[in-house]
Amino acid sequence: MKFTRLDATVLTFCFAFLYIPILILIVYSFNESKLVTVWGGFSLRWYRDMWSNQGLMDAAWITARVGVLSATLGTILGTLAALAMTRFTRFRGRLLFSGMIYAPLVMPEVITGLSLLLLFVALGIDRGFWTVIIAHTTFTMCYVAIVVQSRLVTFDRSLEEAALDLGCPPVKTFFVITLPLILPAVISGWMLAFTLSLDDLVIASFTTGPGATTLPIKIYSQVRLGVTPEINAISTILVGIVTLGVIAASLTAKSRELQRQRDERAAFRAVG
Amino acid sequence: MAVTEAELSSKPNPARWLVVLVPYVWLLLFFLAPFLIILKISLSDTAIAMPPYTPVFDGFASFGTFLSGLDFDNYVFLTEDPLYMDAYLSSLRIAIISTILLLLIGYPMALGMARAPTTIRPTLVMLVILPFWTSFLIRVYAWIGILKPEGLLTLILQTVGFLGPDEQVQIFRTEAAVFIGIVYSYLPFMVLPLYSALEKLDGTLLEAASDLGCPPWKSFWLITFPLSIPGVIAGAMICFIPITGEFVIPDLLGGAGTLMIGKTLWTEFFGNRDWPLASAVAVLLLLALVVPIAIFQNQQQKA
Repeated sequence: MKFTRLDATVLTFCFAFLYIPILILIVYSFNESKLVTVWGGFSLRWYRDMWSNQGLMDAAWITARVGVLSATLGTILGTLAALAMTRFTRFRGRLLFSGMIYAPLVMPEVITGLSLLLLFVALGIDRGFWTVIIAHTTFTMCYVAIVVQSRLVTFDRSLEEAALDLGCPPVKTFFVITLPLILPAVISGWMLAFTLSLDDLVIASFTTGPGATTLPIKIYSQVRLGVTPEINAISTILVGIVTLGVIAASLTAKSRELQRQRDERAAFRAVG
Repeated sequence: MAVTEAELSSKPNPARWLVVLVPYVWLLLFFLAPFLIILKISLSDTAIAMPPYTPVFDGFASFGTFLSGLDFDNYVFLTEDPLYMDAYLSSLRIAIISTILLLLIGYPMALGMARAPTTIRPTLVMLVILPFWTSFLIRVYAWIGILKPEGLLTLILQTVGFLGPDEQVQIFRTEAAVFIGIVYSYLPFMVLPLYSALEKLDGTLLEAASDLGCPPWKSFWLITFPLSIPGVIAGAMICFIPITGEFVIPDLLGGAGTLMIGKTLWTEFFGNRDWPLASAVAVLLLLALVVPIAIFQNQQQKA
C-alpha cells in the first residue's frame, strides 16, 4: 500500500479538524477582550479570575479527589476482572460477566447515570461524594479491564508457572511476577480511568448530591449561560495537564522499551 | 494456557475465586441491579414526594397485589404524546446519519494512517488518541465559540468576503451544529477500530491484484474494503450506540427543534422531576439499543 499525496492531504485536513478548535480555545484564553471575535491583546486576566472563583476551585478539588479515588478503585477491580476473564476461561455466568464488562463501554451515559441514581435512592443512600465515586468506579473499571486484558493475553505464562513450581504461593507470585510485568498496562488503565472520571458530566450529574459539585457540572452550568473566557482558561489548564501526562507516559514507555532492549543485548553478550 | 476447571478443582484455592467474585459482585450490584430498578420504577405512578414515585413492590407484599399494581401508564403516555415518539425517531435518524458521516470521514483517514510509513504511524495513532483524552465537554464548548452567530466562523467568512458585513452564520442551535459536534467528538472512536483493521491488511494481496492488472479502485473495492468490514462494524457500533443517547451535544449545540431522546430523558428527570416517565424513556432507549449492543459484544468477544 503506497502512501499517496491524496492520503497526505486527507490526513492534514482531518488532523486540522481535530486540533484547530482546541487551539482556538487555548488562544482565546489569553485574550484580554471578553468577545470571541475581538482580539484585545495578550492577558492572563481570565486565569486570575478563574483562580479567585471559589466555586470553580472547590469543584476542581472535589473532581481531583473523585478522580484519584475512583481511578484507584476502578484499577483494582478492573485488573481483577481482566485476570478473571483471561485466567478463568470457564465459570458459571462467564458470558454475563464479560457482557457486563463490555456493555458499559457503549452504554449511553444518561441510562447508566439514571439507573445508578435509582439504585442509590432504592437503597436509601444519601447522594454525594461517595455515590459519585461508586458510579465512576463502575464504568472506569470496565475500561481498565479491557486495557489490562489486552496485555494479559500476550503474557508469557511460563514465568508464573516457574514461580509456582518453585513453591511460591499464588498471591506472592502475582505481586512478584505478574504485577510488575503487567504494570505498564495497569498504569495506563489508571490514567485512562482518571481522565474519564475528570471528564464525566452526565453520570456525575445524576449521582451527585449537595456539596459534591464536580468541575464538569460547574463548567456545564456556566457554559449554558454563554461563553466566558474563564472557562477557556480552566479548559486550557486541563488540556495542558492531560497532554503532558500522555506525552510523559509515552516517553516513559519508550525509554523502558529501550532499556529492555539494552538489557537483552547485555545479557546476550554475557552469555556469548 | 489458561487454567481449566479440572486444574482448579485439583488446587482448591479460595483466593483465586475472589479474583472473579469481587468484580462480579460489584458489577451485579452497580450495573445489573440498577437496570432492574429502572424497569420497576418505569412501571410505577408518579407521586409528589421524595423520591417522586410510589413504590410498586413494597417489601414482602404478596405477588398478586404486585401484579395488579403494575402500571403501564407511563408507556401508554409515551406512545400517546407525539413528543416522545418524535424524539425517539429523531435520535435514531441523527445517530444513523452521524455514523455514516463518521464512516465517510474516518475511513479515508484510517486508510491514510495505515498507508503512512511505519516510522510515523505510532505518532499518528497518538495524535488521534490525544483529543480523546481531553474533556468531551471542553471539545463541545470549543465549537460554541466558533459556530455562534457572532463567533469566529462568521468573522472568517466576513473577512474573506464570503459573507456581507451584516450577515452571520446561522449554524449554532441547529441540527447542522449537532452533526458537526458529533462528528468532531466521535471521530477518534471511528478511526481507531478502522485503523487496526486496515493496518493488519496483507499488502501482498494488493500487489498481486495490481500485478494481475487490477486497477487501484477495483482492488480497493474487492480486497481492502471487504477485509476491513470487522473494523467498520466495530467503529459503527462504538459510535452509533452512545450517539443515540447523546445529551451534551444536542443540549449545547442544538436548538429547540433538535429532539433527542437523551435530552428528553434529562428534561423529564431534572426539569419535570417525573422519575417514572424518565425511567420508561430509558427502558425504551435501551430496547432500541439491544441489537447493536449484542453485535458489539459479539464482535468484541471474537476479537
